[in-house]
Amino acid sequence: MRVTALIIGAGVALMNLPALADDAPIALTLKDHKFTPAEIHLKANVPAQILLSNEDPSAEEFDSSSLHVEKVVPGGQKGIVRLRPLAPGRYNFMGEYHSDTAQGVVIAE
Amino acid sequence: MLASLLIVFREVIEAGLIVGIVLAATKGVAGRGRWVSLGVVAGVLGAAIVAAFAGKIAGLFQGSGQEIFDASILLLAVVMLTWHNVWMAGHGRAMAREMKQVGAQVLAGERPMTALAIVVGIAVLREGSEVVLFLYGIASQGGTSTAALLGGGALGVAAGAGATALMYYGLLAIPAHRLFGVTAGLITLLAAGMAAQAILFLQQGGYFEVLTNTVWDTSWLLKQDSLVGRLLHTLIGYNDTPNGAQLVVYAVTVIGIVLLTRIERARHPRRSAAPKVA
Repeated sequence: MRVTALIIGAGVALMNLPALADDAPIALTLKDHKFTPAEIHLKANVPAQILLSNEDPSAEEFDSSSLHVEKVVPGGQKGIVRLRPLAPGRYNFMGEYHSDTAQGVVIAE
Repeated sequence: MLASLLIVFREVIEAGLIVGIVLAATKGVAGRGRWVSLGVVAGVLGAAIVAAFAGKIAGLFQGSGQEIFDASILLLAVVMLTWHNVWMAGHGRAMAREMKQVGAQVLAGERPMTALAIVVGIAVLREGSEVVLFLYGIASQGGTSTAALLGGGALGVAAGAGATALMYYGLLAIPAHRLFGVTAGLITLLAAGMAAQAILFLQQGGYFEVLTNTVWDTSWLLKQDSLVGRLLHTLIGYNDTPNGAQLVVYAVTVIGIVLLTRIERARHPRRSAAPKVA
């Protein structure tokens, strides 16, 4: 499976490398199935990145239909969540596998 | 228990709808049950493998491995769906005629069932790997008994099978001579929705970051995370706030499939003696 993923992705990887963020990514930590900070403030209308550190042993999916993000971050790993330029407003997100406690909101202003 | 049931249900129903469409689109084809079952089994195995290697996959391509993987299998599904529709454009008319003549019995098994088996496999793999990760997370925490876990999983799978049956029998209510036209249309929109989703994954992974601005917002009308919104998202790629690149890819996919099927149909002119079939 890894080999397959490598072959499939190789062509794509050759096309261009992931664009670098304009600013440093915003740090977000998941521990005991809770996000810290649970409220993220960022500038509206510019792209942004969140660096999610999953400090739990189990995998979690950063899920937000309003942000259009579904990103699985395995236990003990980090993942980058890229956000498109957002209109001012509140955008809820959750950890889909523990949605009773893993809740947060991005506020674009 | 309820939470685990809901999440399993949500994922399985999405795969179930796609299996239902494939079954309806292949009505009357010899050995289709075997092909579709093969797709489901391969998808379940693949889901377990992908979940087991989730950490490794995520770490590839500067941390964008999951996005590249999701986008790749979605685009593979788009190619397979396109192939099916183009093939049907060339042979569908003859098949519909044959179905009328032989009373919807066995049809030539030469059509690309492999393509649709791959689509089924991909649908099951995508939704299944999330279910596996989720259930594994619950199991590793303890607290929930294995019985409750398995019970929730089994109920979820039963619900998915129910979704497949609803979709399948719903489509079979369509008169036989219209059925292939309707399933071809459904498959076109399914493919376009998958292509738009693939672009979203690539953008999430940091590739093709063009036209990322939201073009319109219909969340006041139908929220994408509502039940109907989710179903429409699976079936036709409904998105309440699409970005420019997604709209372009959606349109290009629809136009591309329509053009290819027109070209293929022109290569197989209707026989003058053939009974009129729409």
